Amino acid sequence: MARRARGTNVREIEMKVNGIAYHETVEPRRLLVDFLRDQLGLTGTHIGCEHGVCGACTVLVDGQSVRACLMLAVQADGAEVTTVEGLARDGKLHPLQEAFWEHHALQCGFCTPGMLLTAYELLQTNRKPEPDAIRDAIAGNLCRCTGYQNIVTAIQAAAQAGGRA
Amino acid sequence: MADTPRRKWVGKSIRRLEDPKLLAGEARYIDDVHESGMLHAAVLRSPYAHARIKRIDTSRAKALPGVVAVVTGKEAAVLAGPVPAFCAEPVVQHAIAIEKVRFAGEAVAAVAAVDRYVAEDAIDLIEVEWEPLAVVSDVESALRPGGPLVHENLGTNLVFGRTLTFGDVKGDFARADRVVRRRLRWPRVAAVPLETAGAVAKYERTSRRMTVWANTNMYHYSAMPFAGTLKVDPNKFSIVPVAVGGSFGSKHLLSKVITIAGILSKASGRPVKFMEDRIDNLAASDSHASDRSYGAELAVTADGRFLSLRIDVVDDYGAYFQFGQTSHGNYLSQVTGPYTIGSVEITLKAVLTNKCQQMVYRGAGSEVNNWVLEALVDTAARQLGMSPVDVRRKNLIRPEQFPYKIPTGNYYDSGNYAGVLDLALRMVDLDRWRQEQARLRAAGRYIGIGLATCQQRSVYSATEFWFWYEKPGFPVTATPEGVTVRIGQSGQFTVSLNSPFWGNSPETVVAQVLAEEFGIDPSTVSVLYEDSLRALPAAGPGGSRLTVMLAGAVTGASRKLKDKIFRIAAHLLEASPQDLVLADGKVSVAGVPQRGLTLADIAANAHFFKMSLPAELETGLDASHTYDHPFTTPPSADRSDLGAFYPIVAHAAHVPVVEIDIDTGLVKFLDYVAVHDCGTMMNPAALDGQIAGGIAQGIGTALYEEFVYDSEGQLRTASLLDYLLPTAAEVPSIRIGHQETPSPYTPYGLKGSGEGGRMVAPAAVANAVQDALAPLGVEVSELPITPDRIVRWVREAQARR
Ligand code: FES
Ligand code: FES
Repeated sequence: MARRARGTNVREIEMKVNGIAYHETVEPRRLLVDFLRDQLGLTGTHIGCEHGVCGACTVLVDGQSVRACLMLAVQADGAEVTTVEGLARDGKLHPLQEAFWEHHALQCGFCTPGMLLTAYELLQTNRKPEPDAIRDAIAGNLCRCTGYQNIVTAIQAAAQAGGRA
Repeated sequence: MADTPRRKWVGKSIRRLEDPKLLAGEARYIDDVHESGMLHAAVLRSPYAHARIKRIDTSRAKALPGVVAVVTGKEAAVLAGPVPAFCAEPVVQHAIAIEKVRFAGEAVAAVAAVDRYVAEDAIDLIEVEWEPLAVVSDVESALRPGGPLVHENLGTNLVFGRTLTFGDVKGDFARADRVVRRRLRWPRVAAVPLETAGAVAKYERTSRRMTVWANTNMYHYSAMPFAGTLKVDPNKFSIVPVAVGGSFGSKHLLSKVITIAGILSKASGRPVKFMEDRIDNLAASDSHASDRSYGAELAVTADGRFLSLRIDVVDDYGAYFQFGQTSHGNYLSQVTGPYTIGSVEITLKAVLTNKCQQMVYRGAGSEVNNWVLEALVDTAARQLGMSPVDVRRKNLIRPEQFPYKIPTGNYYDSGNYAGVLDLALRMVDLDRWRQEQARLRAAGRYIGIGLATCQQRSVYSATEFWFWYEKPGFPVTATPEGVTVRIGQSGQFTVSLNSPFWGNSPETVVAQVLAEEFGIDPSTVSVLYEDSLRALPAAGPGGSRLTVMLAGAVTGASRKLKDKIFRIAAHLLEASPQDLVLADGKVSVAGVPQRGLTLADIAANAHFFKMSLPAELETGLDASHTYDHPFTTPPSADRSDLGAFYPIVAHAAHVPVVEIDIDTGLVKFLDYVAVHDCGTMMNPAALDGQIAGGIAQGIGTALYEEFVYDSEGQLRTASLLDYLLPTAAEVPSIRIGHQETPSPYTPYGLKGSGEGGRMVAPAAVANAVQDALAPLGVEVSELPITPDRIVRWVREAQARR
């Protein structure tokens, strides 16, 4: 799909992000996370390492979680992308966000967007995950603040409240 | 002990005010700051640990389209002086190295370009001719006479050395029946917050004004030294706080990051953002932490009483000495732990090597001392044939002994340490685990039950920065925290903070205090963060101080506001102020609730109806209050008594239970109980969060994390693939218990608690592993306790038998 714009080393790409369609020009080397943050201004997706370890940059691409620091924007051409900004609707928090708030599952909040999207993906496939399954699912997302337990509790609570939507 | 008044909001686990914006991705962290015309920076870093820069050529980088400025160290030195430092020694540090580099990763040149990609392209085009020098790779090579020097002007790599003696150490050791000795090695680790450090600097050339957005902390204090470094008038230099993605002590100053952004903004005339990438952060931050070798001795009697403590510590500071001996002043507040130890002697050697510099990490050196002391205590128990519990019970300070003065001169305010221990042992069910341990050992399995009973000093006082010096350069004694509380025209509360959000809960704390004081709904409070030019004096989060200090500041401002409110209400109600009461956001005549006014009524009068006010009152309803440290006394000139400087002291007992697979070296947690006494609790859920998060970090220090440098001074663990942070798969769920012994010195009896988990966990986990491996003859003398090390220790112990 990506078309090479005439005479320059840039490509045109199309992407739907949180339900909004974009048609943009990017250099092939631009990372998806930089595209989302700098070009679209969606700064809720964070950068913790830029080498694929921390999970802070996790977004959903066609429903699958990816590390946006390991994917090029051109690779997401034609995709539907969900970022943390797409979770709350009209100022109302998503049940997962509510559960994180209720169970004090965040402190500095820097890992939180990536955690939320990882949890979102988990709840799509496993409606009532046990704590061990939750720990497995989030083991690729580092949090330096919470010690994880409250995150596990929050995800379980959101699942119980039917937080899949 | 003070009675415990009934409180409505202090002590309640309300949901945090900070959270909705963080959850929705709306918070503004430093990398989210965008100024129009903003450029992006990248830094060329030294591949050598120690080398002279013979020639540097930036012409190709400058010619790259999109590059606006390239500066070398020499060029930068015209725009900025050395970075701010807290030490008295002449250890000069420039944000960009000038003649030689002193650690691998030190900045050599910096670029500002239209985006980060172009800036990094330009970095690749800079040519440097190096003259590699002999590397000072460890403490031994640093202290070898005639060896290479990190800073030639000092004439030595021993940047600071001194012995401090408190009490009759010689006599106590002579009296002792036994001296317990350990040699211990604490690894170089760092806070490694998930967000790296960054700054956006905007220099306006004509007005010579500079604005810096940064995820720094003590920006009210540091603005003045940064203005000096960047050669801007202090009243035209401002630092603007942003949300911080974790610090744990590592972002106190950000001397290099802020200075580099400032230099590039001056050089380009445009706003410039400099974000550390993760490699920058691991290899070249301000803030690697303690890297210490210990010889430690505990003098004991035959029946298990502790008499005296002698500590010899050598600390590998890396290439600079920016924070001086702060992390060694810190633990002198609680060096003898929760025990009645009559005397203590510390010998410190601070050594410079070709590594990244040190600052502090949650615990600030006290977590290290806790580990040393608890290792000695367990060793004493083993040598005396006592249980770890009994030997501690024999030496714990008793509740009636408070306030308790320790040999260094610091005071402990209050406590019931035996109560904390009892609760921890009950929660974990020690007897059952001891039986289980014996049963499984017969089956060839290794269970370890660790115990650590540790102090958590809180609410630091600035004297700890300088009392190691005989003649300190800048013996600061103010450790303030200011707030402004405004009651608006409609009666709603707005608070201006002068410290940043760091992942802690400053907004929630001030809202809870205002709710307590005025009977308002805390969720209605609005909180602002002031920049440094508007800020009241404030030292910011650090040393587990912010909750206590904000409570002091807000209750102080509340007193002033209430005074005005009562005077206005008395005037309007034609009553005497003494007859009025404030409850649930309403002021009324005591016993006649219908004769009253809401805060909204009073606020409207205060703002709009001057003629309804007593003549002497000003229009408006706001108050500022700067609360300073509640209990500091000066150190004696000879430093035989350091005075009170960290007298609000929490306490904790941790009991982890582990199982070790001696073939693979893997450590698995079977249980983890942590009981804390942090005085009156402000918000128990937030407190538990701090405890659990600190324990996770303590587990990282105990089992996984380490900066490994090779003999060439190259950092071998410079990515998160090699520097291992604990994940959800490693950190167990923690069972937390509380006891509340209020402090007599603070509002509501609060004590600080931000560092508590990490203060105790390394000691407790190490003792658990030690307990498991003791039957094999293994001594745990070194952290982190990696699988490799366990397997090796077991093999060596077996070979010895
Ligand atoms: S920023 Fe992408 S995994 Fe860390
Ligand atoms: S909340 Fe700070 S990193 Fe997870």
